This record gives sequence, C-alpha cells and structure tokens, in this order.
Amino acid sequence: MSEFLLEIEGLRKSFGALMATKNVTLNVRVGETHALIGPNGAGKTTLVSQLTGELTPDAGRIRFAGRDITGLTTAQRARLGLARSFQITSIFPSFSAEGNVALAVQATEPHSFRFWHPAEQIQRLREPARKLLADVGLALLAQRTAAAMSHGQHRQLEIAMALATRPSMLLLDEPMAGLGTEESRAMAALLGGIKGRHTILLVEHDMDVVFQLADRISVLVGGRVVASGTPAEIRNHSEVRIAYLGEDEDEFAGALDAQG
Amino acid sequence: MNLGRRKLLLLVLLVIAVVLPPQLGIYYVRFATQIAIYGMAALSVDLLLGYTGLITFGQAAVFGVGAYAAGMLIVSGVTNAFIAWPLAILVSMLASLAIGALSLRTRGFQFIMVTLAFAQMLYYFAQSLRNWGGDDGFSTQRRNDLGFLSLENHETFYYVVLILLVLVCWLTSRLVRSEFGMVILGIRDNERRAAAIGFSPYPYKLVIFVIAGGIAGLAGALMANHAKFVNPSVLSWQLSGEFLAMVILGSANSLIGPILGAAFFLTFRDMLSDYTEHWMLFFGPLLVARVLLMRNGIWGTLMRATGGSETLREPKVEFPATGKPVAEAKPEVGA
Repeated sequence: MSEFLLEIEGLRKSFGALMATKNVTLNVRVGETHALIGPNGAGKTTLVSQLTGELTPDAGRIRFAGRDITGLTTAQRARLGLARSFQITSIFPSFSAEGNVALAVQATEPHSFRFWHPAEQIQRLREPARKLLADVGLALLAQRTAAAMSHGQHRQLEIAMALATRPSMLLLDEPMAGLGTEESRAMAALLGGIKGRHTILLVEHDMDVVFQLADRISVLVGGRVVASGTPAEIRNHSEVRIAYLGEDEDEFAGALDAQG
Repeated sequence: MNLGRRKLLLLVLLVIAVVLPPQLGIYYVRFATQIAIYGMAALSVDLLLGYTGLITFGQAAVFGVGAYAAGMLIVSGVTNAFIAWPLAILVSMLASLAIGALSLRTRGFQFIMVTLAFAQMLYYFAQSLRNWGGDDGFSTQRRNDLGFLSLENHETFYYVVLILLVLVCWLTSRLVRSEFGMVILGIRDNERRAAAIGFSPYPYKLVIFVIAGGIAGLAGALMANHAKFVNPSVLSWQLSGEFLAMVILGSANSLIGPILGAAFFLTFRDMLSDYTEHWMLFFGPLLVARVLLMRNGIWGTLMRATGGSETLREPKVEFPATGKPVAEAKPEVGA
C-alpha cells in the first residue's frame, strides 16, 4: 500500500452547465488530518458526496486503501472503513443515544439478519456504544431519545457513530457547523483527541480549528484545488489569499493573521 | 418502562378475546374471527408502515394470494391445514418477493403507486380466472382441518385463529426488537444514515417485505377458511386501504394497535352499515379526528389511560418530491 490512504484522481462532476468538481486530484496520507477549505459554493460538499458514493462522478477515480472504490455504493465504502459525519445533523431520532451508536457498532458485523435476541441486551454492541458515548462526552445522556437532544449533542453523537464503525478514515463534513462558543471548544477538543488515531479529511469553515488541527490543507475554489500544503504554506499562498478576498475576507484573513 | 402494565393490559385484552365472543353468541364468534384475521393482516402492514416506513397500497394483493392459494388447495382436495397453510404462506412470500424486488427500488409516492399497480394486476388476473369463477369467485364448500380436528365448528376455528394471531404477535414482537429490527427501524428513521454506517437498505427492506407478505398470506388463507368463499375482492385496493386505516386508527409501530384498529373499524362499519350504506361518510371524519386528536391511536391512548407512559415511535413518513433513491438525489451544489 502506498503512503496515501485516499487518492482522488482527475475527478469531475457537472450539474447541467455548472461544473461543480473540476478535475480534482487530491491525496490524503495515512494518519494525517487533511483539511479541505474553500469559500461557499466551492464544491466541498459535492466532492464529499462523491467520496461517500452518494454522487457518481462523471470522470476520474477514487482509490481508498489502494483499492478503486469509484463504483462502490455508500454502504460498501462504509464497510471498507470510510466513515462520515454529515454537515446537516443525521441521526436516528427515535433511538436512544446509546441505540444510535449501538446500531453503528452493529453495522460493522458481516450482516444483521438475526431475528431473535433483543438488540438491547446484546452487550457485544452495547458496551462499545457506551464507551464511545463516554469518549465524546455523552455518557450521562446514553438513554436519552436522540430527538430530544440538543444540536451540539447531536454533533457529538454523530462523531461517536462515525467512530463506532471502526473506520480507517473519517470524513467530517463541517463538524463545527451551528455550534455555540462553548460547544465549539468541546468539539475542537474532541477532534484533537481523535486526530492521529484516525486519518481524517476535515471539511470546515472554522479557520481556527482548521489551522489548529490540520497537518495539511487543500483549498478548493470554484471546483478546483488551487493549493495544497502545510498550514504554513497555505497561509502564505498568494492565490489562496486572492481567492478568499471578497468572499470571506474578514474571516479568513483574520484567521491567517492571527495564526501567522 | 411500564412493561408490567403493558403485559397486564395485553392479558386483559386476551382474556376478553377468549371469553367474550362465545358469551355473545355465534354471530359474534364469527365477527371476532373476522377481526382476528383482519388484525393479523393489519399487523403485517404495521411491520411495513410503522417499523420500516413503507406505505404499501398493495398488501391486500398478498392477502388475496394467500386466500386464493388456500381456497384452491381445499377445492383440489388438500384439506390438511398443516400442508395447505404453509403452502399458502410460501406462495404469498414468493408473490411479495417478486413485488418487493421491483417496488422497493422506488420510494415515497412511487412506491405507493407501484405496490398499487401490482395489486391491481393481480386483481384483474384473479378476475380472468374463468375456472375459478372469474369475477364471482368460488366457494370452497368446506374448511381445512388439523388432521383429526375439524374446523367446521365456528368456535373451534375462532380459537385456532386466535392462537395463530397470538403466535404471530409474539414472533413479530421478538423480530422488531432484534438486531434485524433495529436495522429496519434505523432505515425508517434515516435511510441515508443507515447507508452511511454500512447497511445496504435494500436487502433488509426486501426481507421485512417478504416476512410481512407471509403474515398477510396466512391471514388470507384463514379468510378463505372463514368465509369458505374466495373472490377477487380479497385482492382489492380498497382492502389495502382498509388495512392502512386499521393501522392508523390503532397505533402504528405497536403491533397490537392494528388489531384493536381492526376491531374498531369492523365494529364501526358493522354498526353504521345497519343504518346507511354511506358509512364511509362518517368513518372518514373519524379517521381525521384520530390523526388530529389522538396522538398515539387506540393502543397509545389505552396505555396512557391506564397510567402507562410508553411513547410509541410513530413514524414520520416523508415524501421526497422525486422517487429517486436518496443515494442519487442531488445535494446542494457547493458547500
């Protein structure tokens, strides 16, 4: 296996006349935290959807752990170890927090055509679920119905669910989206704890978090990768600064200066 | 959890079902038999609607396949229920496998329409069976028997149906709490998420569809025995709609609710149709009132009236504008 866990090569995707992904080539090394940033409408979510298999690219290839996964379904990719969290909260609302994570643990088993034993009593699923909930700081809410939890708790729950599938790579689509200051801090700490243990592709708008966590950063503008490099390289990259000017100037430039 | 209270309530209902009908006379024994049979079919619809989030408008088709299979077997001389009923179940499961294999590739409104289309196809097919009475159907003359035990006595038959209903309730209540049950509930709650953690929704949906088909088929076989008569109306879309109404009245996602819904539906129809043939005129508003006023249907209301605090996981079924699978739906372009 090469040093890259995820290799994206010449990926293209159009919606009618709009080319949302323009020949994207991007590699994520084993063990690194790779951030994907870019202004609104840059095509980040479209790219992530192609990585997870929810969208089919028009051209190009995606290799994961040395294997071409371009033609695989979402579920097949998940089973290979590619887990994701969603930009918009995506959980099982009628399940308890523990039930949500237990179902994700269950998903790692070869199949779930077992019709007899009550799932709630299967410790093989419940124990890891409780442990993961504790890891993300939801131990006390294990029995709470997910629908009754706050937005911030949902985001933590999503991370626990992604981790429960024992992934070799995490695709985190804006894990900080919509979080308050305190919740953001907790989430950043949580991500900091995960970093290094898993390969991560982090799509995020919060530049503080990106520059704090990322080993490498790729910048997507208008469906193209305009730059890829270490945080220091990206900070000083002229094209990146230009791309962001007029769009998120304050946010990005502010973050760059604060870091630099 | 009020598991004790739930069990107590179920026990009370069972005692009523066992003791009451014979006290009221043979007409009510037959009426209770009908309730138990429709209840079983409605329960199978609940497995799809309440536990998997699938609105099927074609469950009467599989019910009817079971009824036709059992009826044809009786007429052909296969009177032993231990042979005829499993065969009827098998045929119904095969029918639902075929219907499900195609219809489950769609969702939302398309799924409703495709299941309806299959049901109509089978309905007209049954009408075209000249040797089996065509539109008029055929009489079976007699019921199946359990080897030495004849089922011609209405009370005996009622208790056999009741035992089968209790058995189906028990087996399905295990099923929905099993690991498989968690997967279908997860698919109902959030299919996209279920796929993202590694469950391919299709095979799980197909299996529950076939299981529900087998239960509906058994109910159909019992119906052929009950009425000793089979005609294409057992396959009609109206009957599929009535099953749905029973589930909604009774409480989706409860298994027991649909049986109470069947009891309520049939009693109401029986009473009102004495006065007017336009009984639907009164039934329609009642169904609306249930949805608006009784949050959890008959079973949910019963549970709360007796002090239970069980909240049912009634499904919120969403209708995507297009019938495309979620995996192919376009997300918003860009971030």
